[in-house]
Amino acid sequence: MNGVFYVVAGGMLLASFLKDKKKTRKALMKAYKSFMKNLKMLVGMMVLMGVVFSLVSADTISQLFGQESGLYGILLGLGIGTVSFIPSFIAFPLGATLLENGAGYPQVAGFLSALMGVGIVSLPMEIEYFGKKAAILRNLSAVLASILFIVIIGGIL
Amino acid sequence: MIEFLKKNKLLLIALSLLAFLYLVSPEKGQVATGNALSNFASVGMVLPPIFIMIGLLDIWVPKEVMVKYMGNRSGLVGGLLAVFLGSVGAGPLVVAFPVAALLIRKGAKLSNVFLFLGAWTSVKLPIFMFEWANLGGIFTSVHVLTSLFVYVIGGIIIEKTLSHSNKKEILERAQKVA
Repeated sequence: MNGVFYVVAGGMLLASFLKDKKKTRKALMKAYKSFMKNLKMLVGMMVLMGVVFSLVSADTISQLFGQESGLYGILLGLGIGTVSFIPSFIAFPLGATLLENGAGYPQVAGFLSALMGVGIVSLPMEIEYFGKKAAILRNLSAVLASILFIVIIGGIL
Repeated sequence: MIEFLKKNKLLLIALSLLAFLYLVSPEKGQVATGNALSNFASVGMVLPPIFIMIGLLDIWVPKEVMVKYMGNRSGLVGGLLAVFLGSVGAGPLVVAFPVAALLIRKGAKLSNVFLFLGAWTSVKLPIFMFEWANLGGIFTSVHVLTSLFVYVIGGIIIEKTLSHSNKKEILERAQKVA
């Protein structure tokens, strides 16, 4: 999948180069500078996520969910989703496994949706970008989206 | 010195936590390092093309164009563009932040920027197909529809809630990370 991005970026770069070499050089300088600025933050984020994920592993989550259900399980799912960072190519199969092992749809929905949209670990970085108020409001809107998802999924599945 | 500490706050906090973890439990410390490296391997690959695209768009897309299509009076087109941009993204939400900063710098409406971030977390195409395969069509469709519903309204409410000085701060921050 990443290959597509390399092809598109390469194509754009080539088109830009053919049209205006000077501008392209400027664009690349800009890309490099903002990449380096972001890299420091990203490495910090990745280390932070590594630490959290070493304490909250996929196994721990499966155990905690196990046969849980009801509101407690839903809140647990939301909570764990909020604080953990799991790449989606691991998270979705994990969600499917949880369902197979008897977890309810609302619990898994809350967990996955919060995992994707709410980021406590990435909050410091989000604040760097958008300021405290906007970052917190955006995360709150993601919590609301998760809750609505839970309620509807709980009603139909 | 203090300037250096301030600029690298996040990195320093993360590294000291990791060092602390190593002290308490070397085993966990190793797991954490391994996690960080594999996180970085999966995210790191997508960064170079994304930043090259950001750099090119920054140079080639005039501010007026962004204002016209995603700015204050862009209406439905702006919203649709925000969802489209979010859904063709790749990587976790943190990768979307620099893209969002580009949109803000170029004059996109904040509600559209938040809608873009929301779409990035819920309707990304590759993820969408993967989610469908793992958890089924009903689950995935409800996820996407409820998310879009909340993020369309949420984006508007967030923008309305932010004060004038909040918005100025956001613009300054977006220019700082360029």
